[in-house]
Order: sequence, then structure tokens, then C-alpha cells
Amino acid sequence: MKVSYKWLKQYLDLNMPAKDLGEKIERTAVEVDSVDVAQTGLKKLVIGHILSMKDHPESDHLHICEVDVGEDQPLQIVCGAPNVAADQKVIVALPGSRIGGNVKIKRSKMRGVESEGMICALDEIGFSKDVVPKEWADGIYVFDDSVPVGEPVYHYLGMDDPIIDLDVTPNRGDMLSILGTVHELAAIYDQHADIKTPVANEDSQIDVNQEISATADSSLAKTYKLRVIKGVKVAPSPSWLQITLWNAGVRPINNVVDVTNYILLKYGQPLHSFDQDKIDGNIQVRLAQQGEKITTLDEEDHELSTNDIVIADNDHPIAIAGVMGGFNTQIDDQTTSVVLESAIFDSIRIRKTAQRHVLHSEASQRFERGINPDTVEAAIDEAANMIQTLAGGKIATGIVTAADYHPELPTIFMTAERTNHVLGTKLTLAEIKKIFDRLGFTSEDHEDGLNVTIPARRWDIHIDADLFEEVARIYGYDKLPATLPTGRQTIGVLTQPQKVQRASRQILEGLGLTQAISYSLTTESKAKMFLMRQSEVTKLLSPMTQDHAVLRMNLLSGLLDDVAYNHAHKVNDVALYESGRVFYKDNIDQVRPEEVEHIAGVITGNFDNPAWNNHINPVDFYQMKGIVNQFLINLGINGDIEYTATDQYSDMHPGRTANISIHGHYVGFVGQVHPKVTKQFKIKETYAFELNLQELIDLPKNDDQYQPISKYPSIKRDISIVVDRQITNDQILAVMKKRGGAYLSDIQLFDVYDGKNVPDGKKSMAYSLTYVNPRDTLKDEVVTTAFEKIKKRLTDDLKAEIR
Amino acid sequence: MSLRDQLTEIKEKGLTDIKQVSDLKKLNEIRVHLLGKKGPITAALRGIKDLKPEERPEVGSYANKIRDAIAQAVTQHRDQLEQAQLDAQLAEEKIDVTLPGKPVSQGQPHVIQQIIDEFVDLFLGMGYEVLQGPEVEEDKYNFERMNLPKNHPARDMQDTFYISKEILMRSQTSPMQARALEKHDFSKGPLKMISPGIVYRRDTDDPTHSHQFHQVEGLVIDEHITMADLKGTLITMAQKIFGNKFDIRLRPSYFPFTEPSVEVDVTCFNCMGKGCDVCKHTGWIEVLGAGMVHPNVLNMAGVDSKVYGGFAFGVGPDRFAMLKYGVDDIRDFYLDDVRFLNQFNKRGN
Ligand SMILES: [Zn+2]
Repeated sequence: MKVSYKWLKQYLDLNMPAKDLGEKIERTAVEVDSVDVAQTGLKKLVIGHILSMKDHPESDHLHICEVDVGEDQPLQIVCGAPNVAADQKVIVALPGSRIGGNVKIKRSKMRGVESEGMICALDEIGFSKDVVPKEWADGIYVFDDSVPVGEPVYHYLGMDDPIIDLDVTPNRGDMLSILGTVHELAAIYDQHADIKTPVANEDSQIDVNQEISATADSSLAKTYKLRVIKGVKVAPSPSWLQITLWNAGVRPINNVVDVTNYILLKYGQPLHSFDQDKIDGNIQVRLAQQGEKITTLDEEDHELSTNDIVIADNDHPIAIAGVMGGFNTQIDDQTTSVVLESAIFDSIRIRKTAQRHVLHSEASQRFERGINPDTVEAAIDEAANMIQTLAGGKIATGIVTAADYHPELPTIFMTAERTNHVLGTKLTLAEIKKIFDRLGFTSEDHEDGLNVTIPARRWDIHIDADLFEEVARIYGYDKLPATLPTGRQTIGVLTQPQKVQRASRQILEGLGLTQAISYSLTTESKAKMFLMRQSEVTKLLSPMTQDHAVLRMNLLSGLLDDVAYNHAHKVNDVALYESGRVFYKDNIDQVRPEEVEHIAGVITGNFDNPAWNNHINPVDFYQMKGIVNQFLINLGINGDIEYTATDQYSDMHPGRTANISIHGHYVGFVGQVHPKVTKQFKIKETYAFELNLQELIDLPKNDDQYQPISKYPSIKRDISIVVDRQITNDQILAVMKKRGGAYLSDIQLFDVYDGKNVPDGKKSMAYSLTYVNPRDTLKDEVVTTAFEKIKKRLTDDLKAEIR
Repeated sequence: MSLRDQLTEIKEKGLTDIKQVSDLKKLNEIRVHLLGKKGPITAALRGIKDLKPEERPEVGSYANKIRDAIAQAVTQHRDQLEQAQLDAQLAEEKIDVTLPGKPVSQGQPHVIQQIIDEFVDLFLGMGYEVLQGPEVEEDKYNFERMNLPKNHPARDMQDTFYISKEILMRSQTSPMQARALEKHDFSKGPLKMISPGIVYRRDTDDPTHSHQFHQVEGLVIDEHITMADLKGTLITMAQKIFGNKFDIRLRPSYFPFTEPSVEVDVTCFNCMGKGCDVCKHTGWIEVLGAGMVHPNVLNMAGVDSKVYGGFAFGVGPDRFAMLKYGVDDIRDFYLDDVRFLNQFNKRGN
């Protein structure tokens, strides 16, 4: 709501700079978007009088004007506006002036003719085209004759008036009006606002009930009132009214419509004016019927919904109630009889209608936020008087009332004790009472507190908590003490799952992966990739884009998007992980998905940045497996970590992927992303893992971390064997562990070779075995016996050749 | 020439030879030659039998002195040679210490995570527990229990992704208030919680809007919690997270689930309150919303609002990060450009 400082001053004694007023409003009532004075930045714009005008010899549309700007000599100004004429009073930008858009105006030649400045249109000096009256939309602005020549234009265009733009919160619909703002400021500055109630200047010769009748469903319109004014002459409004409107961001139309808009701004009460002669019969407020249509004032056609409230005459809808009037019954230059409507429509229906037809008007905005039932009649009365003053005519006696609503004013009991208990203040009841006086709330002592009666204009206040807010903000949030909660102690500590989650991140970062956060909403095809279990997709009902339409069921596809983004920006070495949720649904009928914590990582390019002194280190399966394995070891889950070759994931390389299980529980997979997938994402060879973090959190942990280091020396034996290529490391280890004897404490693979000197279809594997007895010195013969046993079993079970 | 003179001559020559040697091997040869059984001293001493018996001890003792002198000279010279050799080696090994060190892979927490962790650690220290709720929420918790019944105009402030009529992507972390209130046993102590997490809005992504972002919700409910406690808590938060020079101010606002409701501004990071373009010349930057929990929210969760009350606040870590680091496009947080992410690696403060 754009509020004019000058308008406020008509009611209150305000002398502070507009900026200060804005800040006070912001700190006490509602947010202030801006405080602006339209003339800011403009320079040397004066009122000029066109003394004479002749055609430009070299142009068919330019004119050469002699313009009196209050100086000794008139200026010669070339002007191309279609509406320029001799004897007009116009806006002149003098040489050296500055107009809208920070443009400087200099002396210049236009097709060989000297031009000492420029005659301006409103939009050229900073007016929004939306508020320029139609009359002046395609040409220069012409003042009425009363303005003084040579004076700066700003005052005569309202450009010197500071405009405070309020960002009114949904609860403070009362402040979408000048009077509401005046009430608020009266409370803030502890002043009395003199607001008079108008009395309509009715003509006893005309009875409104002879003119029109109306019926209204009170569930659609709580209040519905009409007045009739006969014999008006429609014309442009006087400049003071035009200025008032355009400063509020409303385009002036004519002296009838402008009055309704002025009253809307002043009271927050939307009015509508119909041309009585265009209405066929009586007015009804009803729901639209199936198939009904209307053309609105903006000449748009609307198919009406049976949930839209309409104003209809005998034949058809003539307005979408509370949103926009109909084109066919609008006030035009020929209108002589005006029907004025002042009403309260159902806020929810208005909101939905405005949304349905994408018609958010000043009126609909106010009906949605609420209307003061106390001023419905004052608004229509004042409007009728103003129309009479500006357009002539006679006001019919009486008001047609199809529905009326005068709610009982709520009385709320509150105490100082409770106020202080909530706010942490030490206010006395008298201080609180004083605040209510300022707000214009009547309060009476009752028991140990106050019964506070809330005026109709503050429909946002229902309970004592609402009153605490009124007290707090008028008292001032700055004066509120600052303390910390006291009372019963609590212990702040992360839960076990939270600790594991935090540790997970730290471990992976230590292992060289950077945390990514990608989008949970993705495409259906990406959502379905890398599935770790059977699941249906969860779709949004109305996504903004197909890129973010389905809930992810894996983290990897998001990480691949990240890799793709990096690749597209020439960053080829990427090591990322993400910890987040995936969303599973067991069947289509399940509406709400299960949310499961996952953790996933990707590496591509070189793992360590290539340096001047070390060779590049391209990532491979074993790099990723090493990271995952160390991660799982650090999480300290009880039981062996097992890797089993798998080709079950269609998005992973069938020969380079392993399922991971711990103590027999499947927890995820590690491997190379399938080449067809990397091609689809336009990325290079990429290795990845995805783990069910929830499972890792839930699995029992091994608290028994520490084993004393044996004081007795260990004995190492190396063994090199040649086996079939299909024999896996795990198979060899299994044999060695099973047959290794009591003292075999560690087995390290130190070489794998299948080149020269190894027969085709075979490979050579070399292991270092460590034997130790924690309680005694090991004898060489004992180790030899154990070692020989392993050799034999490897030969027998795996057909290994010992080298 | 007397035997004594012979010995003196051997010594003189020996010492001269030793000094002239420049490598350790030769020095050792000289030592072995001079002091060995086949050496000149031994040979000269064979003539001792020609001396008078009373002269013998004196010459014998002189010979030992010469031996010692030579041995000492050898040792000394060896030390010198060894030192020189080491110096030469070290000189040879000199490197350019200004060449870069070998890169070590070190991952970083996401900048938003860093900010969330900072909040979490601060509030853990103040005795808050951390609660995490579902990202796919019921309309009931996201809106209705937060005092936003169906058709409430404030629902328009948050355009929401729905999955069904009743199930949605949470548009705020506030539903955790309702969930926590419903579960909490107040006989065991007050409820003090923060709830960080991802929220979703039906917005078009642009530099200042993202359909996915983060929130940290805070809630404290007990028998005697005041708005002054809220103010004190927020000042503590501003000063612990930004620094002691930071102040806050409260402005009236509107949230359906709090009454009174306030918008909270913190001293402008950029100008420290003097006024600049970042803060639109106010010296303040809006960082969070807060208020006293609305009695309806308490009552709907089965908590007696006549007995219990308290405050709630909601912070946006994305906005915090943008303000703190001057990031001007919120989408940068979700693109995971490693050049962007890896900059946030300074963790000493
Ligand atoms: Zn600033």
C-alpha cells in the first residue's frame, strides 16, 4: 500500500522526516518497502506556457514552440508530441535539466532547428505508464490553467510528496487504507485523529427504492448496499484527485471511477460503480451458473466457475463480485445515472476467484484481507457526496440494503501478570491500559485485569496473546529486556544416529571427498537409477518443471548431475559425497514414501590433483573401494565387510561392481558407473558407491576397539602362488584364514601379476603372512608347520602352484 | 742422526703428510703406515737397543708421544674431512623450497552444512536437543497444527509442492514444533530443540529463490519462558555466530503459529550498521522470523497453553551463507561446482 505523507498529515500532526516515519512504522507496525519522493534525482523541470507554435519546415510531425518559462526571453523548443498546442501549460525540461532515467537535457538542434530544452510527457519524468491517465498516455501532459508559469513542476504533480510503501502482513488488512494507517500512527505517536463521519447529501425528490432493488445471499455477501446518483456529468477528475490516485499507484479514469478508487484508498472499502441505464432490472448477488461468461473492465473474457460470486441483473452477470466489474455496465462518458455498490464479500471465495481468473485487483486484495464492517456505509455516503461535488447530479434518498452485518465487538480479558509473564516485562496495569487507550481500544477494570473491547476495524485481534503483541509493539521491542531461559536444566547432546551421521561426513571428508548437496526432486528416469531396492516413484501433483518432478530414490544420480556440471565447466577431477534422504514406496497405493538416509560418493578424473612432481593418479575401482572400506572400518560396525561381484545394477559396470554387506547385512554397492550412463551424463569414467546410511546407523557397533600389542616378536613369511584367473582374492584368503593356524594374525596381498612368465589363464599372487603368539615367543618350527599346511591346502583346494 | 732426531723427523713428515691428504681412504692408509708394525716409528725404534740403558726410557716415552700426536692429528683431520664431505653433500642436496608441496586430498563440508553445524553446536551448548523430521509431511503438521487451517490466506505466502491432498513436501521446518510438542513429556523437563533440515517451495529457481533450501527451527517451551528470553537467545546467537559487535532488533511481523510474531534483523555484515547498499541504508539485515508460540499451536498438540508457553524461531542457513560470504546466487549452493565448494575450507574460526 503506497501511503501519501501529505494525506496522513490531514489527520495527524506529523513533522518528522518521512524516512523517520517509515522507520517508526517498520519497527512498530508493518514492514516498509520504501520511502520515496518522486522528484528525487530530477532537476530544472518548470511549468512553461506555449506562447505560439508553428510547424517544423523539415518535418511533418515536429513543431517549433515559443515557450514562456518565466524568464526574460521565451525559449524555442522543438516538440513532436501529437497533442501539443499553443496556449498550453506544460512540463518544460530546461537546458541542463535532468529528467527520468537520469537523462540530461541539453540545448540541441532538431533537423536544423535549435531546441532549448524539451516539453515532457509524464512517463518521461519518471511516471509509471500504468498510472498515466489515458488522456496523457500518448503525448505531453497539459496542466490546468491555474498553475504558475516558471515554477518547478513537482508540487503541481504531487512529486514532492513522500510516498511510504507499506508491505502489509496478512493479519493487518486494516492498514490497507489511509484511515487504518492513521489509526495506527495515532497510537504510535499518542495523538488523536480527527476522523469525521460523512452524511450523504440526499435529494428528497428521489427515492432509491424506486430506482433499484437488490437481493443477496448473506453467505456470499455479509453486507450489500447500493446508492444511486442521478444526473451526473462524467469528466476527468480535478488534478488534486488525479495526483492522489497516481501517487497511490492507481490510474485516474474519470470523476466517478476515481471517487470509488479514492474511497477504496481512504477507507479500505472497495466500491463499484455501475451505469444504471445498462442494468436490466434488479441486482442479485449470487453464485455464477454453469456456462456463464463475463467480459471484465480490462476487456478480458472469463468463463465463470460455479464457485465465483457474481453481481447479476435479470439477464446475466454484470461483475465478478469483489474482483472486477463487467465491461458492459461500466461508467463511460455518456453515463448519467450511477449505481454505487459497497459490500463485504466472502474472503475465501474472493481469494479463490482472484486466483482462478488471475485477477488480483486492489479490491480483491482487500476483500481477501478483511473489511471494516463499521465503515461500509460511511464509505458509500462519502463517495456519493464526492461524486455529486465533482460530477454534479442528485443523490437518491436512502440506501438499498440487501444484506447487513454488525458483529458484536469482542471483549477480551487480560491481566498485567499474564502480559509480563509472556513478554518478560514489568508493566503495570495502568501502563497497559494507557497503551489500549492509544490504540483506541476501550478497556474496563475487571477483577485483577482488564476487559478490553476491540473495535471492528481491528478484526485481527481475538485472544489475549493478540493483545500482548499490541502491548509489546507499542511499548517498543527495543525496551524489552534480553535474558536467557532459566528453570529446569536440559542436556544438549547429539543422539547416537546423529553422531554417526556427523562422523560419516567427517570420515569421508578426511578421505578426500567434498560434501555436495544436490536436489531431492529430479526426473522420473533419474529417480529410478541405481535402485537398491524395489520401489515405486513418488511424484509431485503439480511440479514447476519436469526436471524437479519426482522424489529421488538414490543419491548417485544427483551426484552424477554434479559431475556433469563440473565437466561442462572444464573441471575434470571431481571427488564428492552426499548424505541425504531417498524416498521409497513399496507399492503404488502407498501415498507417503518411506524416507531413508543414504550416503553416496563419486570420483572421476585424478584423485589427487596432478602435481609438478608426481604422476597423475587416475581413479579406478580400487581407489573407490579403498575409500568405502576405510569409511566402513571407521564406522566400527561389528562383523566382516564383504564384497561380492554383482551385475544386478543396470546403471553400473556389470564386471566392476560389488555388493557390500556387513555381517551378512546388505548395505550398498561400489563400482564403476556403467559406460552408457557416463555417456548419457556426458562425463568420463566415474566410480561410485551408495550405502544405506540408516542401515549403517542401526547395525551394532564394535565397542571393543582396543587389543594390546603383543610383546613377543612376530614372524613374517611370504608366499607367491600361481592360480587360475577366475580364482578370487577372497577365495585364497578364505583358505589361508581357515587353515592358517592359531598364530596367523595378518595377511597382506603385495603383488598381483599376469604378464610375462605367467601361463595364459593364470595369475600370480603374492602374500605376506604375519604370525604372532600374544603370550609367548613363537618358535620357527611352529610357523613353518603352519605355513606348510597353508601351502598344501592352497595346492589341494585351489590347484595353486607355489613359487 | 740421533734416534730422537729420527723420530722427530718422522713426526714432522707424518704431520705434513696428514695435512695434505684430502680423502678419507688415503688418510687411513697414512695412519696405518705411520702407526703400524711395519711403519717408520717401529723401524726407528729397532735402533733403541744401541742406546745406553739409561737413555732408553726417555726415548721410548718420546716415541709414544709422537704416536699420540700423529693419532690425534689423524682424528682431527678425519673430522675435518668428514665435515667437508657432509657439507658438500648437503650443498648438493639443496632444493627449491618454494616449489609447491604435494597436493593432499582433503574434502570439505558443504558451506551450508558448516553453518548448520555452527547452529547445532551453539544450541547443543545451551542445552537444546536436535530433532529431525520427515521431509515429506502431512498437511496436518505442516499447516493445520501450525495454526494454518485450509483456506488460510497465509498459505499463499508459501506455495507448496503437494503429493496428494494431504501429503506434501514440507514448506518449513515448523512442523517439527507440532511433532515435538505432541511427543514431549513436560514432567521430565522443558522442551528445548532445534531442527535443521531441507524444505521445499513451489518457486521458480532464480538468484534469490530456490525450490529447495534449508531451515533451522528452534523451539523452547516451559512454564516460564518469556519474549525477553527469546530476545536474549537471539542476541546470543548473533554474537556467537557473527561476533560480539553484532546486535539485533525485533520488528513486528506475522506468522500464524506465533503471537506476538517478530522479524529479526542483525547488524549489517557489510557496513556494521553505518548503512550501505547491502542493507538498503538501514544498517540492518533481516535474518530470521520468531515469536511466542501461538496458544492454538500448543493446545492442538495437547499442551495446556495456560501452563506452558515459549518461543520459536526459524533461520535460513542459505540466506546466512549468502550474507556472510557475499554469495549472490542461491543456486550456487546446489550446483556443487567443486571450485565453489572447495573455497569454504577455512575452519579456524
Ligand atoms: Zn550495510
